[in-house]
Amino acid sequence: MKVRISAALALLLVVSACSAGSTASVSSGPDTLAVGFTAEPANFDFTRTDGTAIPQALLYNVYEGLVKLDGSGKIVPLLARSWTVSEDRRTYDFRLQPGVTFSNGAPFTADDVKFSIDRVKTDWTISIKSKMDVVDHVEVVDPLHARVVLKKPSNGWLFDMTGRVGAMFSPTGVADLAGKPVGTGPYEVQSRRRGDSIVLAANPAYWGRKPVYRTVILKYIKDPTALNNALLSNGIDVIAQITAPDSIPQFENDNRFTVLQGTTNGEVVLSFNGAKAPFNDVRVRRALTLAIDRKALLDTAWAGRGTVLGSMVPPTDPWYEDLAGYYPHDQVQAKTLLAEAGQTNLSIRLRVANLPYATAAAQVVASDLADIGVRVTIEPLDFPAVWLKQVFTDHDFDASIVQHVEARDITTFGNPKYYWGYDNPRVKQLISDADAGTPEQQVADMREAARTITADAAADWLFLYPNVVVAKKKVTGLAANQVSESFDLTGLG
Amino acid sequence: MAAAIPRRVAILVVSVLVASIVVFAFMAVLPGDPAQVALGINATPELLARTRADFGLDRPLVEQYLSWMGGVLQGDFGRSYVTGEAIGPQLVDRLGVTLWLVGSGMLVAVVLAVPFGALAAVWHRRFGGTAISGLSQVGVAVPAFLAGILLVQVFAVQLRWLPSGGWTPPNQDAGEFVRGLILPALSLGLVQGAVLTRYVRSAVLDTLGQDYLRTARSKGLRPYPALMRHGMRNAAVPVVTVLGLQLTTLLIGAVVVERVFVLPGLGSMLLDSVSARDLLAVQGIVLVLVVAVLVVNFVVDLLYVVIDPRLRTAR
Repeated sequence: MKVRISAALALLLVVSACSAGSTASVSSGPDTLAVGFTAEPANFDFTRTDGTAIPQALLYNVYEGLVKLDGSGKIVPLLARSWTVSEDRRTYDFRLQPGVTFSNGAPFTADDVKFSIDRVKTDWTISIKSKMDVVDHVEVVDPLHARVVLKKPSNGWLFDMTGRVGAMFSPTGVADLAGKPVGTGPYEVQSRRRGDSIVLAANPAYWGRKPVYRTVILKYIKDPTALNNALLSNGIDVIAQITAPDSIPQFENDNRFTVLQGTTNGEVVLSFNGAKAPFNDVRVRRALTLAIDRKALLDTAWAGRGTVLGSMVPPTDPWYEDLAGYYPHDQVQAKTLLAEAGQTNLSIRLRVANLPYATAAAQVVASDLADIGVRVTIEPLDFPAVWLKQVFTDHDFDASIVQHVEARDITTFGNPKYYWGYDNPRVKQLISDADAGTPEQQVADMREAARTITADAAADWLFLYPNVVVAKKKVTGLAANQVSESFDLTGLG
Repeated sequence: MAAAIPRRVAILVVSVLVASIVVFAFMAVLPGDPAQVALGINATPELLARTRADFGLDRPLVEQYLSWMGGVLQGDFGRSYVTGEAIGPQLVDRLGVTLWLVGSGMLVAVVLAVPFGALAAVWHRRFGGTAISGLSQVGVAVPAFLAGILLVQVFAVQLRWLPSGGWTPPNQDAGEFVRGLILPALSLGLVQGAVLTRYVRSAVLDTLGQDYLRTARSKGLRPYPALMRHGMRNAAVPVVTVLGLQLTTLLIGAVVVERVFVLPGLGSMLLDSVSARDLLAVQGIVLVLVVAVLVVNFVVDLLYVVIDPRLRTAR
């Protein structure tokens, strides 16, 4: 019997030794930091795999762009020391940081800028690549001077350059993007253990300020309770974003931790299928918007944290204005509008993502709408698979609730084919004018667009998802707001 | 016995084939398009079509099944739709974690159940026996995940003696590996141990009533030594049967426990792959689990014969 047991043990050792190549080091020390996240990247190649998990881990940390977004949503220099925009707003001249190298040793020059921007059009497969369509061509003026010429003026382009599409690659470092990322950032990917963690190690040759933590372990823990327990039991040092609001007080009441609360770009939207009756009638959309008490909804769905919104604009965008009071909670007015629209006997199918915030919000929506005589059937759909197929692609829904996390996604209201089926040529025009105009005109036009979609009740913006970060007291320099695609490790102290 | 082996192997092969068809069919009717999930929001119809073609999702189902099965038979489980990586090495990696978990859970269960079950039988008329039976009754009623959550609250969150989850491979840091495995193994093993204790108790009680034990006692042996020397081998037959059945439950329990303790085993890979509609990965995992269960049953059958010589001539 003894022989058999040792044979079994030997087998186990062999099996676990097979995984040695992907082993993640989790030794802890004063210059090591472990950050917990809920969503794990599928691979390291964000040029071919969509979603926020890869840029969250790699952008600004492993990959850098010419420009980046700071914590308040402002565009600031990164690999470009400075830039100028021509009179006709079509030509951007970027002066590059000297002495920058990629983690494989290749120097970073204007040739790489051209290579990276051109490559978005030729090799990227995810739909976000269309953000580079506006680029006409890139010129290499000298090794430290790259010139980008646009087909037409676009404010959105420079903003997009702060995200994934602006990441700089080396022609010598794109052979295995999914497995081995090569960037100019302060960290390199050292190892990964799928289903568990990614280990980033400080890049010894980094051109900028050296990061305080030599090793950062990104731990992926899907279950919110397990994530909280990991912090409580010293398994990790930071929770990048809390997804269960009920757990926040236990951290606030524990003097081992700091709790930061800021904003995100994640608008939780009650969308209406505006392309079909009865939601093609503005009176119906307004009635439903008036009937819902968004403050009370936020209390239920996210413990009162987060921001009540009135349009598709988060407070960190330059054209934000507070439209939360545009439709005050008014059930009498709501009933009147429904009667005017001839919809006194309305039943709707509310098909929501099966995520905690969405199902909680759906309950409040259903109960508020019942008060004005609208019957609501709630159907939770498996997210993302089923929701994407049935609601987003097939438009098979009356109303839905999901969080829209992309930056400046108000532009989707200028696309009549988008799943909310909203078609207003004026909004389309405003969004396109804003993109082409001066920064001042951009702000004015975007405000106007936001006000118009609000007046049209194109959707009901329930609330802005809050960003709640919890960290051990020793960790400093964390940003309260999550406005870029990156979980930016570079400012940590 | 030798004749029985080919028959068992044939059953094993057929079962695996049937299971593979069932799994494949389930995946095919599951709502949600793998290409859409892989590409995410805003994917263009053209790109969707191209990706579906790349994945081979536009081919007839029978063809998809045959090409998948053909690959599996040659050890190629295909590439993940989501990660683009080969699934086979992932399966081996994840299986290692799950085997450690199930193995250590089983160890805890056996170490608890054999002495306590035997004691409960020997003391069946005394307070100690009743107490053990009562405790095992409670243990049976507790699901493994609940045991896990309670253990984490006490030993990780409150006392901070052990990690609340996570995985350190044994060849990297043996100490951390053991520390990380203690709570998951306990939460699986305590519950299984409670179940097993009851079987050991009844098997031993049965044995205690046999003539040869009475003979041993009449020669002056005290009950416990008599049992250890003459009875345990016989009591082991029904216990091994239950052990085999329980290994299957342990595998299923491991899926949940892996989630609670954030262990990168087959169970958590299965849950992630289902929600990402990573169909090839799901098919591969389920196939591995099915094979594991069937192999366990096969081994249990063989063990009967090893333990009980009387069965060697039975068939």
